[in-house]
Amino acid sequence: MRASLKRGVMSVVWVALTVLSTGCATGPNANPKDPLEPMNRKVASFNDALDDNVLKPAAIGYRDYTPQPVQTGVSNFFRNLSDVWSTANNGLQLKGRETAESLMRVVVNSVFGIYGIFDVATPIGLERHPEDLGQTLGYWGVPSGPYVVLPLFGPSTVRDTSVLPVELSVDFVTKHDVVAERNVASVTRLIDKRASLLQTTDMLSGAAIDKYSFTRDSYLQYRRNQVYDGNPPDDDVLPDPSAEPATPSAK
Amino acid sequence: MNRCLSRRLFSVWALSAACVLGMTSTAHAVEEPADVFIKRVSGDILDAIKADKSIHSGDVNKIVVLVDQRVMPNVNFLRMTASAVGPGWRQATPEQQKRLQEEFKALLVRTYAGALGQVNDQTIVVKPLRAAADDKEVLVRTEVRGKGDPIQLDYRVEKAADGAGWKVYNLNVMGIWLVENYRSQFAQEINAKGVDGLIASLADRNKTNARTSK
Repeated sequence: MRASLKRGVMSVVWVALTVLSTGCATGPNANPKDPLEPMNRKVASFNDALDDNVLKPAAIGYRDYTPQPVQTGVSNFFRNLSDVWSTANNGLQLKGRETAESLMRVVVNSVFGIYGIFDVATPIGLERHPEDLGQTLGYWGVPSGPYVVLPLFGPSTVRDTSVLPVELSVDFVTKHDVVAERNVASVTRLIDKRASLLQTTDMLSGAAIDKYSFTRDSYLQYRRNQVYDGNPPDDDVLPDPSAEPATPSAK
Repeated sequence: MNRCLSRRLFSVWALSAACVLGMTSTAHAVEEPADVFIKRVSGDILDAIKADKSIHSGDVNKIVVLVDQRVMPNVNFLRMTASAVGPGWRQATPEQQKRLQEEFKALLVRTYAGALGQVNDQTIVVKPLRAAADDKEVLVRTEVRGKGDPIQLDYRVEKAADGAGWKVYNLNVMGIWLVENYRSQFAQEINAKGVDGLIASLADRNKTNARTSK
């Protein structure tokens, strides 16, 4: 089982690398942020089909038939695990206060929150500072590179994809030794994540003319904002075509 | 599915909608700073939504009324639509520009309508303004605080053309600017099918949304 998981991970990595080396099918209307668009669109529709048929129904069932306290506990548990990784990455970005707070969160929640099932750190003022390795690279100036849609994993960038093997190799769930528990934990985490996204994805499909580019543009902006901790350089205020003096005003 | 785009994103979207929707049109003294403007209108809108059960349950007609009476006077929607449409805007006739605004507005209202029920105990914290007193365009940064982690919600505001107060022309939820997010989709449609094609796609989308929300 473990070997097959490894093989799964490796094949994802290989797909990514192959895409990166062969892709670049640029057309005349290619978006500079998305040279891999033709490939990405295929993967995205594969992901959508999988989501429609498996993941989303499972998440809806989970949301509707699991008691709310259980759902919250599950969420908190996995968030606590991810706070460990945030602590490391805040450290790698030399953010003293954030590192200390993240560490305190893990300690407080793991001890007083019973393995993280209760989030007791937030009410006492210890805020989350989610960071991952992709953000750490971005912090030190590594550009995100083109947009990539990974099979199963969804939206990503070349930079974030390149560190995925590392992220997985330090992941508590995928590294867990007891196979049955690991499988349960992996599936639960996935469903918890999907359930938390249900409203967002419903809204997304109503808001978008073209779901693919809407998702891409949201994701890239969102990710960039994360790298700059909510304060990206204010470089691109859009032009206002309606202000052109020659323009006939619509009002 | 990116792990960090969580339920919070949704509720902030709801809230941002609320904030845009709720901006009351009180033309205050010219001197009102941009951050005070945002604080006032977002507070008003939150109160209005909390007070009205039918908005909470997503009554689209009620929401449209709220938008027209209280939101639109505080938003430069012409500018919002034009910059989302991009260079194609100048090729559009005045009639097409009018239709673009109508359909874009309908899309946003319809999209946000369902989200308004999420608004409950949140409060808005406006961050210190970093702008000179005579700036014509200002970035106002706020944070929505409720249950869970705080959510980033920023506005770009401009001095209104008549000099009376401010108007919002873009907003950002967790780093995602609304106008930017529609730009490449709109450009795509215009490149493929022209301005009328974009209008038709928007109208289609709105019809589909109207059906599914019934």
